[in-house]
Amino acid sequence: MKRVLLVVFILAGFLLAKAFAQHDPLRGPAPFEESGKTPPLVNAENNDRKRVRSYAMQPPTIPHKTDNYQVDRFANKCLTCHARTRAGETQATPVSITHYQDRDGNFLADVSPRRYFCEQCHVVQMQTQPVVKNRFRDVEAIIKKPAAK
Amino acid sequence: MRDLLRRYWRTLTRPSAHYSLGFLTIGGFVGGVVFWGGFNTAMEFTNTEMFCISCHEMRDNVYQEIQPTIHFTNRSGVRAICSDCHVPHDWTYKMARKMQASKEVWGWIFGTINTREKFLAKRKELAAREWERLKANDSLECRNCHEFQAMDFTRQSKRGADDHSAALARGEKTCIDCHRGIAHRLPDMASP
Repeated sequence: MKRVLLVVFILAGFLLAKAFAQHDPLRGPAPFEESGKTPPLVNAENNDRKRVRSYAMQPPTIPHKTDNYQVDRFANKCLTCHARTRAGETQATPVSITHYQDRDGNFLADVSPRRYFCEQCHVVQMQTQPVVKNRFRDVEAIIKKPAAK
Repeated sequence: MRDLLRRYWRTLTRPSAHYSLGFLTIGGFVGGVVFWGGFNTAMEFTNTEMFCISCHEMRDNVYQEIQPTIHFTNRSGVRAICSDCHVPHDWTYKMARKMQASKEVWGWIFGTINTREKFLAKRKELAAREWERLKANDSLECRNCHEFQAMDFTRQSKRGADDHSAALARGEKTCIDCHRGIAHRLPDMASP
């Protein structure tokens, strides 16, 4: 009996592993020992048109190319336009007030070090299909949905 | 000393006693061609990328930084090498720049920036000098390839087209005013 159970478990394990391997959308259908096919690179959107935020707190996406932008302890290329003092001339969206706060909520004179690396949160957009499907819906659509009977 | 100079002056001003006029004129001409050709060839050699990165100050710092940028690697395979941007193309200005650059040989001999730390400490000064030079000559080296007259604004992004057709067109700004740190990393911009 024990032996039969063991065999069943091992078989179930194999089947499960196989099922997962075949359904990993990031890897694609490539077998375990082989690499999946890399999708071609796509240029980032560069139309300077603001995208709708999917939810209120979402960091706004970047509507332009940021290739080779230098953001390190020496310089921040983003801030050459988006800094408070530069926004007038460049008409770029100035960084919001939250970026001037330290984690205790105190306001600083300049962008807080913890908010300095723009592309940790703000990212460029590319026209590609999502590799993992999701059922995300805007909260507004959920609010407006008539109550279930 | 005075006598020595006078003796040489007399030799120079008197007609030649040993060499024929033909030898002197043709020989002078050929010698001139060889000298001029050799001079320009040697100067062109100092304009090659191989020459620039033969010292490790250039190879390990600025040459590493240009490699991921658009001026080094791009879809159409056009490449700008060091001298395309840092040396004027016209002969007179090129000579002037080469004479200024002799200071870099001095710096190389005495190891002014022979470590990464020294380079980073001096980078602001080096960059500022280059920005000033490009500002003064209205970004001449940029414009050797990027001609304003040849720009198609409709093929540029909105931001680019807006700025190029306004401040650049009016001559209020020049390329380097906005396009800094495009081929090399920027120095510490926060320090004074």
